[in-house]
Amino acid sequence: MNRIKQLFQEKKNILSIYYTAGYPNTGDTIQIAEALQKSGADILEIGFPYSDPVADGPVIQASSKQSLDQGMTLKLLFEQLKDLRKHVTIPVLLMGYVNPVLQFGVENFCKACVEVGVDGCIVPDLPMVEYEEFYKDCFEKYNLSNVFLITPQTTEERIRKIDGLTNGFIYLLSSSATTGKNLEVGDTTEAYFGRIKAMNLKNPTMIGFGISDKQTFDKACSYADGAIIGTAFVKAIADGNLEESISNFMKKFKD
Amino acid sequence: MKYKVNEKGYYGDFGGAYIPEMLYPNVEELRHNYLKIIADPDFQKEFHQLLKDYVGRPSPLYLAKRYSERYGANIFLKREDLNHTGAHKINNTIGQILLAEKLGKKRIIAETGAGQHGVATATVCALRNLECVIYMGEVDIERQAPNVARMKMLGAKVVPASSGSKTLKDATNEAMRDWINNPVDTHYIIGSVVGPHPYPDMVAIFQSIISEETKKQLLEQTGGDQPDYVLACVGGGSNAMGMFYHFMDDEHVKLIAVEAAGKGVSSGLSAATTYLGNEGVLHGSRSILMQTPDGQVVEPHSVSAGLDYPGIGPQHAHLFKTGRGQYVSITDDESLEAGLLCTKLEGIIPAIESAHALAYLEKMEFKGGENVVVCLSGRGDKDLDTYIKYFNL
Repeated sequence: MNRIKQLFQEKKNILSIYYTAGYPNTGDTIQIAEALQKSGADILEIGFPYSDPVADGPVIQASSKQSLDQGMTLKLLFEQLKDLRKHVTIPVLLMGYVNPVLQFGVENFCKACVEVGVDGCIVPDLPMVEYEEFYKDCFEKYNLSNVFLITPQTTEERIRKIDGLTNGFIYLLSSSATTGKNLEVGDTTEAYFGRIKAMNLKNPTMIGFGISDKQTFDKACSYADGAIIGTAFVKAIADGNLEESISNFMKKFKD
Repeated sequence: MKYKVNEKGYYGDFGGAYIPEMLYPNVEELRHNYLKIIADPDFQKEFHQLLKDYVGRPSPLYLAKRYSERYGANIFLKREDLNHTGAHKINNTIGQILLAEKLGKKRIIAETGAGQHGVATATVCALRNLECVIYMGEVDIERQAPNVARMKMLGAKVVPASSGSKTLKDATNEAMRDWINNPVDTHYIIGSVVGPHPYPDMVAIFQSIISEETKKQLLEQTGGDQPDYVLACVGGGSNAMGMFYHFMDDEHVKLIAVEAAGKGVSSGLSAATTYLGNEGVLHGSRSILMQTPDGQVVEPHSVSAGLDYPGIGPQHAHLFKTGRGQYVSITDDESLEAGLLCTKLEGIIPAIESAHALAYLEKMEFKGGENVVVCLSGRGDKDLDTYIKYFNL
């Protein structure tokens, strides 16, 4: 059984943290992973940076640019992750845009993921139809989970299809917005989360985008299996001592 | 129809809709409706009426006598520079604004590089009384002040794109982000044959008026509707696609697309995409783009802001890969010299973009008597500063 599946079977209120590889410094990737696991993160989403990240807001975009300017590449990231499994045991996903994957080679990418112990991927600009046609066979051959996003505008038919295609979790966007916006749970959002819950999907769901503290995290957990924090975390580690920043940040989500 | 889009949104290996889920409903709404709306007789009537009375179409096909003498071939100029707002860009914005109205959209967004597409968009928004937001790179805002002023006069809000390289590519990213955040009431008017399907096809259809008219005009003027050569400059490639559109299936009409070599294809300061680029995904479609081995998009360079783009539309990538189109490049220096030559020979100051297409005439060899059409995509008023500096005028 893969690490993602096992986690969702054993634990509730899953906390997943996104960070941009190579930020704030090129060599921080493993140190951040270790510190996050130590301070209670359940899943890691490591972003491989891209020059034109259209689905992201200013914070993650700026972290991507800094990382790239400092020399991060997908190839370097896989080298850094070579001993990943000596350092962390929790599920790890890679998140990034499709073009760097294409240049790396889809098969090479899947192979490298499995070799270092990455459990799955999130590629926001790789839509379902393209995934099915060109990528699915390769992902399945290497037993990599591919996580899709859904929004309040995603139709039920489409959600069912996504549920059938994925085998990790489904990433619920709290609103149709780029990353870094606040979670405002009004009537329509509540209806949306309720609608998804009532669908009894085979995959667990995680609420992403707009989670920044215990209150928003708890709220998200009442509707889904957990939540994903990205922008708030990237902001928190911009400067200062990395270990301290991470430990202080993670305390905000504990009782 | 060999070179047109298939039902999956692809041109051979290129095209598709590589978009985040947040944009799926918007793009799907367009994909589902665009052909139906465009085919509607009421839409066609209004579109053509506006092209005639507001844009000033048909644009002349002018047999350039002194050019023809110089090259020993019949050189025809398709005068898109005479359109309202001074370039071919308005053909597309008229089409898209009518389409946005049919979809019930209340707000229009667009990206712009030099400001030509921004002005063309702000113009049709003023015409149809729709809210207009234009994203423009900070660097471009500084170097294209007159166009920024035009957009403001037309009632548009000009938002600086301050991310990345602060130019066209980043303005496009910002416009996409706006669309993600405003999915219901907003239509994004993309200015070139780029972006996720159906944009490349939709923009090509609106620009195809260029070759539709050219065919008729050639028939009237020469007795045949198929020239030997058709030339156009390519940034994203909208004027070229408009110019090629009705000739693509006439296989003996040679299509020549002229890219911007900038300071030279090997200088590191170039926008010659087919020469320097390889296959990948940019701004929502699979095409050819300039990128690092790691798949990061490379900053292009051209003296011409309209050609300063790191990719080409997917249909161009297909024409290039199949060999149907010949893709060549012209340097900054060659284009400026060609712009001056056109001014002296024909009394027309061309946009530096269009001057790239004209410059390639110097490199061609004619047997004599061939019919050659060059798309004069825009006028050079906006480029006077560059001409002044280059030639010490």
